[in-house]
Amino acid sequence: MAKEGRIIYINGPVVRADQMEGFLMQELVYVGEAKLIGEIIELAGDTATIQVYEETTGMTPGEPVYSTGSPLSVELGPGIIGNIFDGIQRPLAEIKERTGAFIERGVAVTPLDREKEWDIEIKVKAGDRVEPGQVVAELAETSVIRHRVMVPPGLSGEVKLVVPDGRYSVEQEIVHLVDDSGQEKVIKLYQEWPVREPRPYRERLSITKPLLTGQRVFDTFFPLAKGGTAAIPGGFGAGKTMTQHQLAKWSDADIIVYVGCGERGNEMTDVLEEFPELEDPRTGKSMMERTVLIANTSNMPVAAREASIYTGITIAEYYRDMGYSVALMADSTSRWAEALREISGRLEEMPAEEGFPAYLPTRLAEFYERAGYIKTLGQEREGSISLIGAVSPPGGDFSEPVTQNTKRFVRCFWALDKSLASARHFPAVSWLESYSEYLGELADWLQENINEEWLEHRNWAMRILKEEDRLQEIVKLVGEDVLPDNQRLILEVARLIKVGFLQQNAFSEVDRYATPEKQYWMLKIIHFLYEQALPLIRENIPISRIKDNELFSEIIKMKEKIANDELEKFKDLMTRIEEHFNAVRANYQD
Amino acid sequence: MLNKEYRGLAEINGPLIVVEGIEGVGFDELVEVITPNNQRRKGRVLQISEDKAIVQVFEGTSGLSINQTRVKFLNHPMELSLSRDILGRVFNGVGEPIDGGDEIFSSRKYNINGNPINPYARKYPRNYIQTGISAIDGLMTLIRGQKLPIFSGNGLPHNRLAAQIARQARLGNGDEEFAVVFVAMGIKHDDADFFIRSFEESGVLQNVVIYLNLADDPAVERIIAPRVGLTAAEYLAFELGMHILVIMTDMTNYSEALRELSSRRGEVPSRKGYPGYLYSDLASLYERAGMIKGRPGSITQLPILTMPNDDITHPVPDLTGYITEGQIVLERELDQRGIYPPINILPSLSRLMKDGIGEGYTRADHPNISSQLYASYSYVQDVKALASVIGEDELSELDQTYLEFGRQFEEKFLGQGNDENRDIEQTLDLAWEVISTIPATELDRVSEEEIERYYRK
Repeated sequence: MAKEGRIIYINGPVVRADQMEGFLMQELVYVGEAKLIGEIIELAGDTATIQVYEETTGMTPGEPVYSTGSPLSVELGPGIIGNIFDGIQRPLAEIKERTGAFIERGVAVTPLDREKEWDIEIKVKAGDRVEPGQVVAELAETSVIRHRVMVPPGLSGEVKLVVPDGRYSVEQEIVHLVDDSGQEKVIKLYQEWPVREPRPYRERLSITKPLLTGQRVFDTFFPLAKGGTAAIPGGFGAGKTMTQHQLAKWSDADIIVYVGCGERGNEMTDVLEEFPELEDPRTGKSMMERTVLIANTSNMPVAAREASIYTGITIAEYYRDMGYSVALMADSTSRWAEALREISGRLEEMPAEEGFPAYLPTRLAEFYERAGYIKTLGQEREGSISLIGAVSPPGGDFSEPVTQNTKRFVRCFWALDKSLASARHFPAVSWLESYSEYLGELADWLQENINEEWLEHRNWAMRILKEEDRLQEIVKLVGEDVLPDNQRLILEVARLIKVGFLQQNAFSEVDRYATPEKQYWMLKIIHFLYEQALPLIRENIPISRIKDNELFSEIIKMKEKIANDELEKFKDLMTRIEEHFNAVRANYQD
Repeated sequence: MLNKEYRGLAEINGPLIVVEGIEGVGFDELVEVITPNNQRRKGRVLQISEDKAIVQVFEGTSGLSINQTRVKFLNHPMELSLSRDILGRVFNGVGEPIDGGDEIFSSRKYNINGNPINPYARKYPRNYIQTGISAIDGLMTLIRGQKLPIFSGNGLPHNRLAAQIARQARLGNGDEEFAVVFVAMGIKHDDADFFIRSFEESGVLQNVVIYLNLADDPAVERIIAPRVGLTAAEYLAFELGMHILVIMTDMTNYSEALRELSSRRGEVPSRKGYPGYLYSDLASLYERAGMIKGRPGSITQLPILTMPNDDITHPVPDLTGYITEGQIVLERELDQRGIYPPINILPSLSRLMKDGIGEGYTRADHPNISSQLYASYSYVQDVKALASVIGEDELSELDQTYLEFGRQFEEKFLGQGNDENRDIEQTLDLAWEVISTIPATELDRVSEEEIERYYRK
C-alpha cells in the first residue's frame, strides 16, 4: 500500500507518472495531493498512463500517485435501489451534502451508507456448507425489492458462526466461514466487484419471454426479450430520451438501472422528480422503489463517463444474480464511445474510422454480451439483464461507426425517424427500418399467454404498412384520388394503424401504458374493420361511403377512451363496426 | 507567494508558446506573458510535462520573441472578480473593462471554468417565459432555466429575433429581477452595435452585462469569452438570485477557434477537422444553464449559431442539438418570402415545454393545439410537394383547404412585426383561428370539448 509514483505529464484527464513499478494494469489509484480518483490504462517500463475521473486543473508534475492495489470496483449491497450515483458510484446526494449545488473535486464518499441499519433475516446456520451465489441473508431493500445477500463468487466453505436476525449496517460481519483452504472468511452485507469483469453465472438459458414495455410499437411490432439487447438510434429531437424514459417507467422488469451517460442534467432531474410520483402498475408502489440512476452528465468529467456504463452493468448483474429480471437503459452509448475516442486521442493512439479507436467494436461487443437470460450460481435462480442502448448518430446518419457496430451486436433495432418526430408522431419509431430478431423466439410465449391470433394480426398489420409505403410513392406523384378503391382502403386502414395504434401519448394517463391484451384487441379491431370493409369494396361500393368519419375517429380514439381494464368495450366497438357496414350495404342497395 | 519569472521561450506556434525549464507549474493555470515592449497578455497552461509547459496566449502571439519574452505562472486558474457593478458594463472577451470605467473589485474570485451542477441539486425548469413571439410561445415555448439555441444561416435575421426576445421576455410574475448577459464571439462590429443599440433603445442597458470579442479580436480569446460570461451569469443568478438570459453569439465562431487551437496542438481530428472533444467542450458551456433547488435565480441560455451552408447536420449545430433542450430553426425560404420571424417549426422543438405549458401555466388547450398545428403543418408539406407535381388545381378539395391553412399559418401566425408583442392568449386564439381553415373532422390531436369551445370561435 505504500507504493507511490510521481506525476511527470498532465494533459486534461490523461496523466503520466513514473516510479510506478509494482502498480497493476487497470488499478485504481489516487492522483496528486488532492487524491483524485484515476485508473491505470497503460504501463510501459516504470511509466504509467492514468485516466483521471475528475478535473486535473492545478495539478503539478512531481505530485504523488498512490496505489490502492485493486481495480476500479463498485460496492454491491443494500442501499443501491432508489439512489442516484455518478459514473464511479459516488452518491450524488452525499456529494451535495459535502460540496453544495456544484460538484467539487476530490470528494471521498463511500457508495453505500455506512450508518444505515437493515433488518436482516439470516438464511444459513453454523455447520452449513455454502457455495458461491448462495443466499445467506435477506432484507427488504425497498417495499418491493427483497435484497438477497449472497456468498461472493469464488468463495465456498463451511459456516462457523452466524449473527442472529436483527438490524445491521453494511460493514458488520454477519457470517463467518472457513473456506476450502482452511482460511477464515467473513461475509458482510456488501461485496466489491471490479466493474470491467462480468460476474459469473452457472449457464446461459435460451430466450423465451418478452420484456413487456406497455409501448405498442415495441411489444406488438418489434418485441424485446428478457435477456435481450436493443439499440435506439436517432438524431437529436427524434425522441431517444423520451423513449428510454417510457421504457424505464413501464417495462415489466423487476429492477431498472438507468444510466445517463454524457447527457443533459435536466433529464436526470426530470427522472428524479417524476419517478417517485409514478405508480408501478405491477406493484402499485412508486417507480423509484425499483430504480437506480447512474448520472454522469455531459459536463461531468469525461473519463467517468466511460466508466459509468460499466458501473451500471455491474450493478445490473448483481441484482440478476439475486434472481431478478433487470433492464438497463444506457443513454447514450454514443457519448460513451466518444469518451473512448477522446481518451484514445489524448493517448495518441492510431485512430480507425472517424477518429474512433480500432477497439470500439470489441468494447461494444463486450458490453452487449453482458446481457442474457441466465441460471445463477448458488440455488439456481433465473435472472436476466435486458440492455437498451440509445445511439446518437451525428447528423442522424446511421452509417456512422457507432450505429453500424452496435447493429452487429444487438438483436432489436428500434430506428427513430426524424420526419415522424417533426410530424409529432410519437414514439417516432420507423416501422420500415426497425426489426426484432426475437419475434420468432417470442411468438410461442405471446400466442400462449396473450392470444393465439396475436402473430396473425401483427403480420397482417406489417403487410398493410409495407403496402402503404409503396402506394405513397404513387400518391406523391399523382395524388390519392386516382388510386382504385381497394388501394385507397389500404391507405385508410394504414392511417388507422399509424394514428390509432402506433402513436402513443406518453403524457396521457390512459394511453401511456397498454397491456398486451389491450394491444391485441386494438389491432384486432382495426383488422376486423378491414375485413368487413373489403367485401363492400368488392361490391363496388365507393370508399367515400365506407369511410365514416365518426366511426374512424372513434377507432383512433379507442386508445384514449378504453382503459386497460375495460376490454369488454372493444366488443361493443366490434358490434358497431359490423352494424355500420351492414347499414352501408343496405343503404347502397336501396 | 512570489511568482518566479521565466525569460525566453522554446517555441512559438500560432497562439501557443512552449516554456522550458519550469518548476511547480499546475495544469490549466493562468499565465502572464510580457512582450519585449512590456505589454502584458494573459494565457493558460494546456499541457505540462516535467519541465516544459504548452501555454495558450489569449491575445495572440504577434510581437513575441523567443528570447525577449518573459512568462509568469500565477499559480491559480483563470479567475474573475464579480460584483453587482458589472451590470451595465462592457468588457472584452477575458473580462477586462473596455468602456473606460473602473476595474471590478471583489473579495472573492471566481474560477471561470465553474464546476458542474450536481444533477441531484438541480430544480427541473417548469415556468415559461413569454417572449411575445407566437411561433415560440405557442409551439416551442421557452422555459426559465432552459438552453434553447437559434439555428440560423448567414443573412437571416437571428440578431433581430434574439434582440426582440431579450426586449420582450416576461417572466410569470414581474417583481423578480431580470438581467441579460450578452457574449459576443467573433461577430462583426455592426452586429455588436445593433445589439447594444437595441438594449439602449428599450431602456434595459443598465441591466445588461456585455462581453465583446469581435471578428478582428484574437480568436483564442473566443474560447474564454463564453466561460467568463457564464461565470458572471452564475454569480448573478445563484448568488444574487436574479433571472438571467444569456445570449451567446456566434457558437460557430467559438467552435472554429477551438478547432484552430486543436489543429495547432496536432490533435487527432474527428468530423470536419473539429476535435473529438467538441461535444464535451460545448456541453461544458451549455450545461451551465438551469435552476438550483433552494436558490431563487435561473440561467436561461439563448445561443445563436450560423449553420455553414445552412446545413443542420454540420458538427456545430448537430452536437449543439444533442446537448441543448431543443432548437429554434430559421429558414431561408420563409425569409425570402418576407415572413418574420422565419421560423421553420417542423425541425424546431422545445424539450421542456411539455412540463411548462397547459393548465396552471399557459392555457389548458395549449398542448393539444400545439401538437395539432405541428401535425397539420407537416401534412401541408406533403400537399405542397404533390401540388408541385400535379398542380394546385388538381388537388382534392380537402388538400386545397390544407394549402390555405398553410398560407394563413405562415402569414398570420408565424409572421409578426419586429415590435409586435403578443400575449399567450392572443397566440393561442390565433392558433385556433388558422386551424379553423381545415374541417374539424380532420383534427385528431385536439379533444371534442376543445373543438366545441375554440373552433371557428
